Amino acid sequence: MRLMFQSLDFEHLALFQNSIMKKEEIPQDLGALGKITGEICYAVDESGKYTTALSNGWDVKTSALEVAWKDVEERIESARQKVKNKEASPLLFFMELRVMDIPIVAAYTGFWKWHVKKHMKYAAFEKLSASKLAKYAALFEVSVEELKTMNKNET
Amino acid sequence: MKLDFQHTQAAHCENGVTTSLLRHHGVNQITEPLAFGIGSGLFFIYIPFMVINNGPAIAFRTQPGLIFKRTCKALNIPVERKKFSSKEEAERILMQCLAAGQPVGCQVGVYYLTYFPKEYRFHFNAHNLIVYGKENDNYLISDPVMEMATSLTSYELERVRFAKGAFAPRGQLYYPKEKREVTNEQMKKAIRSGIKNNIRYMLHIPGPITGIRGIRFTANKIRKWRDKLGPQKAGSYLAQLVRMQEEIGTGGGGFRFIYGAFLQESYAYHPLQELIDISTQFTKSGDIWRSAAVQAAGIYKGRIGSQADFNVMSDYLYAAADIEKQAFQALSKIKWPA
Repeated sequence: MRLMFQSLDFEHLALFQNSIMKKEEIPQDLGALGKITGEICYAVDESGKYTTALSNGWDVKTSALEVAWKDVEERIESARQKVKNKEASPLLFFMELRVMDIPIVAAYTGFWKWHVKKHMKYAAFEKLSASKLAKYAALFEVSVEELKTMNKNET
Repeated sequence: MKLDFQHTQAAHCENGVTTSLLRHHGVNQITEPLAFGIGSGLFFIYIPFMVINNGPAIAFRTQPGLIFKRTCKALNIPVERKKFSSKEEAERILMQCLAAGQPVGCQVGVYYLTYFPKEYRFHFNAHNLIVYGKENDNYLISDPVMEMATSLTSYELERVRFAKGAFAPRGQLYYPKEKREVTNEQMKKAIRSGIKNNIRYMLHIPGPITGIRGIRFTANKIRKWRDKLGPQKAGSYLAQLVRMQEEIGTGGGGFRFIYGAFLQESYAYHPLQELIDISTQFTKSGDIWRSAAVQAAGIYKGRIGSQADFNVMSDYLYAAADIEKQAFQALSKIKWPA
């Protein structure tokens, strides 16, 4: 019972459905945040009184975050392919690399959303002025050269 | 310059900022659960057609900024809140506050927040922290989700204060304007009105997407996700639900445990047995949410994934909705002594 959240035993989950989150059951599965700081969790002690304790993370949360990053990586990869096939401009690649979307890119650069959308097309990108390219490069924290060639070691 | 300010860790950033600032202003009674409850923080909303980080838009708590606003208002404490169009002006006013001995709450984006682990740095703009001093070029930062106080260079702070995108903070800062002592009588009143408002938000907002009806709405959606989105995307959607529910700041169980703690603490002000009893219902609800998260993890990790598994997931949400509905109805029936 104590280990219910560490050892995920799905078949028997229904049995635990009515158990109460006890202080000693607060999960401690070291996650990315756990290496830097513990997180406060609320739970009840033996007498049923609420108290707080620090958690280093929870396996269920860590894997949810991993799923989110796996999705991001897939989008980066698909953008890379699109640029290669000239279906999209490198802006799409860098937008995905920086986990942004069009409204965010538009807000940071000050361009209209439909302009950004247009610049995502390969042909339109090739005609961009140096000053516009510089703005995008600054946002994505790369040089204009790197922006054009996509030769950037991803960090 | 370093103000005499006590960093305290909290589960949720806005609760933490509210609690720390109010304590600094002499409201010694305030705790995180009390701030959350008086600010009527418990909520649920599923916004259809809106996409956040390529997933569903779901929140387990009220809109950013409201907890601070409502809690201060309920305790009759005047609040200053400012947004800026100019970065220079934003820093000037911040320095002015610090010079006047006033620690300041700031809304920031987390993408450029250097002390956060990389895995957490999405473009999320509704994070809150307190600035309580400046040494050389470093601003001293009390971030409620961190165990220790930390710091940011003036460039780093400016960058997070002027993050762009949804909920863009626009340099927003806020603080209580005056030092005021709060009587226990005021606390009693504030707790009561916090509960009353929360009942309204969870039970009586018209439309299907908020409160208890919002939870049921989501439960119904989840049943359809597998066919509609395909197993992989449906898994990503569930992962997003779990992140909103369990990630930093919720105290676990989508804020339900914090609300349980709030009702227990309220007992000290209103000795009514119902508060203790209803508190256990929120604990139960939080546990159901956590069980749902475990079920969701089974799906997005690919361990399970049949339609039956999605149905089980959905049933957890229906169960949580039932318990929370009963709990709020019970709260609404409490006879408060005059």
